[in-house]
Amino acid sequence: MNRIPPALSHILTTPFAFFTPQSGGSPNADQIDSLYKITLYVALVIFVLVEGALGYALWRFRARKGAVAAQIRGNTRLELGWTLGAAVILLALAVLTFAKLSSIQDPPNSGPEGALVSDRNARAYASTERKLPPDGKALRITVVGRQFVWEYVYPGASEADGLGAPYSYEEMVVPTNTTVSLDIVSADVVHSWWVPRLGGKFQAMPGYHNYTWFKIEKPGVYRGQCALICGRGHARMIATVKAVPPAQFEAWLTEQKKLIAQANAAAQASRAKLAKQVGAGQVLNP
Amino acid sequence: MATYAAPIPQIVAHDAKPEPRGWTSWMTTTDHKRIGIMYMVTTFVFFALGGVEALMIRLQLGLPENTLISPQIYNQLFTMHGTTMIFLFVVPMMAGLANYFVPLMIGARDMAYPRLNALSYWLLLAGGLVFYASIFWNPPEAGWTSYVPLSSINYSPGGGQDAWIFLIHLTGLSSILGAINFYATIANMRARGMSWGRLPLFVWAILTYSILIIFAMPVIAGAVTMLLTDRHFGTHFFDPSGGGSALLWQHLFWFFGHPEVYIMVLPGFGIVSEILPVFARKPIFGYKAIAASTVAIAFLGFLTWAHHMFTAPIPEAVVIFVMMSSFLIAVPTGVKIFNWIATLWHGTVEFKTPLLFCAGFIALFVIGGISGVFLAVFPVDWQLNETYFVVAHIHFVLMGGAVFTIFAAIYYWFPKITGRMMSESLGKLSFYLMFFGFLATFLIQHVIGLDGMPRRVYEYPNVGNLALYNLISTIGSFILAAGVLVTIVNVARSLKRGAIAGPDPWKANTLEWFTTSPPPANNFDAVPLVRSYEPMKDIRREIQQRTSGTREWAGSASPSVPAGATQVGV
Repeated sequence: MNRIPPALSHILTTPFAFFTPQSGGSPNADQIDSLYKITLYVALVIFVLVEGALGYALWRFRARKGAVAAQIRGNTRLELGWTLGAAVILLALAVLTFAKLSSIQDPPNSGPEGALVSDRNARAYASTERKLPPDGKALRITVVGRQFVWEYVYPGASEADGLGAPYSYEEMVVPTNTTVSLDIVSADVVHSWWVPRLGGKFQAMPGYHNYTWFKIEKPGVYRGQCALICGRGHARMIATVKAVPPAQFEAWLTEQKKLIAQANAAAQASRAKLAKQVGAGQVLNP
Repeated sequence: MATYAAPIPQIVAHDAKPEPRGWTSWMTTTDHKRIGIMYMVTTFVFFALGGVEALMIRLQLGLPENTLISPQIYNQLFTMHGTTMIFLFVVPMMAGLANYFVPLMIGARDMAYPRLNALSYWLLLAGGLVFYASIFWNPPEAGWTSYVPLSSINYSPGGGQDAWIFLIHLTGLSSILGAINFYATIANMRARGMSWGRLPLFVWAILTYSILIIFAMPVIAGAVTMLLTDRHFGTHFFDPSGGGSALLWQHLFWFFGHPEVYIMVLPGFGIVSEILPVFARKPIFGYKAIAASTVAIAFLGFLTWAHHMFTAPIPEAVVIFVMMSSFLIAVPTGVKIFNWIATLWHGTVEFKTPLLFCAGFIALFVIGGISGVFLAVFPVDWQLNETYFVVAHIHFVLMGGAVFTIFAAIYYWFPKITGRMMSESLGKLSFYLMFFGFLATFLIQHVIGLDGMPRRVYEYPNVGNLALYNLISTIGSFILAAGVLVTIVNVARSLKRGAIAGPDPWKANTLEWFTTSPPPANNFDAVPLVRSYEPMKDIRREIQQRTSGTREWAGSASPSVPAGATQVGV
């Protein structure tokens, strides 16, 4: 009888775990989680007090024989008191939010064993609103939302004006212990980038840049999906972030470059073949 | 003492046209009460349609990876559901209640502009018909928020999006005309002695609702006009490739959209502030604080719109300002809740159905208000926004808030409108089914959102407990629907078989109970002098004193004119 069932013990050790956002992938997600928990504890106290007072008033002052309602019209001191009380609680919550803000918004430096990322590979349109680590070094990935797939463009453009950079779809491979800075854009409608365990969501809006970051310690797969209605395929617009050790990441990037080069060469070859078939000079526009 | 004896000279018309009868009398009426009834019946039909759409959404989500409904139809369903509930149910239902009761509560014979009032109703109906006609072609599928570029001609080529635009135009015009009418009526047609400090709190709420509509509705009317010209006439207001801005739509939409939330709930707050004192048999606690907080919420409601856009690319200074203003608006909202609980305190609470719906409203609205504070903390909002947590929040605020107060109003005012009481046992059954059905549907949705399920997805994978949670929510939604059905049965049954109500069955506080049930076409033969914010209580007390204190006035027929009444010439 002195043993707690396993499911219940889980609840007891991590109170309200089912009632908190997902975290454990990146420090900003963890900090949001702890800010959420502070809000939750304050909210629970208020919830219990207010609902308790409502329930008590309904039960205690139900109409009974001989009961006479007190003809009270107000109480200035009491009313001012709870107005100020509510304001003070909210002010405290605002102060706590500001205290937490920098740990959520400002990315830390990459770890010593993180991937080697240069600080010179900034894309042409990086704006001042992008938050970078103190040493300015981050792996910068451009996230492009389009109906209904996420595209990730890595640094390493082989041609002028940013063309020829390695890219991938749906699955983003990143090195562990490395601060990754995301530049979120859209190619068509508004989407919303969201991988819950890596922090909050940010809209991908055509004509605008939106920025966030994450830094993953543990290798693994982190799942998410588009969070803003973007059309009929919205539910299928999934995003996966796969964190691997830096060496493995470099190998993957090299392989990706090679595959893209091969695919480009194959496209070139088939274009040349088609041009021969239909005759030179004819515009091909499938 | 004042006794009036001499009959007033009358002019008798011998060749007056007979009043239209039957259905033509409804088509041609300018009587605020008949227009009010038409508003309420029409909007309740739309409520039923929106409810069926909600049940279809929940059926699809009852199982993971369900293939019952295609993505296209699913998107149409949630677009129709949201648009219907907001533009064709809650806002015009409040207009219907206000139409019927504002003139009665302030002792007026009709609205200030009766024909404009009829136009408001017919515009609303036209908007609803235009919108619902689209189900025979291709309904809109960009959500009730219709974010661009998804709602632009490239991504939503169908006419349904245009039907949505015309719905906003027609119902928006209906609301603006109605709001001007309410404002003019309340400002000019109050009974003698009804100063601003004696205005019933429901009327305060409708006055504020009207001001909100007058400021907010033109903004969305302009925005959808820009969308219309973008779609069909080659403008580029929202098209980035032509120098427009997709962010502009979100700003314009939510500049209207957030005050819209208060347009929907403030009248509900007014209803609760009327009903609680009647059934606690105690004056409202802090009349001035409740009236002032209504106005404060309306003002602050215009400063918080960008909290719907925390994940959009907007400057941090704006985000911080909006978080603070959103916190600030929680203060007057909290004040109202404390005042309502204090109204019950030391009262003698009679558990009639209207009171149950009001108590249920407070219980649910507290949860919606608290989850709103989570969403105002913008880093937390980055996790919760656009998930089922937000779906839960808006339903706690709008369904638990506005819809529960509408049901309280139906049960409270049905005797006045029809002259008959509704069944208490069916009313209580309806309340408990709705209350617990609501909790089962929406409480669990907070957890669904925290587990990472975005809103507006037609399918979800079978991971974690998502399947179980969604099934609970679906079962809850059908219990909730059963509760609504019981009230519909109750209304149908009570129309013919309800007990005769008499003019003042609840011993209430405001002037609508001074006249017969249902009220005659001219509302009052004589309008009493108002001496406090509880004029009927004064009148009952006076009658009791005059009839040697023991007998309480039960007034089976038209009440006699008490002291202080002013005879108003026709």
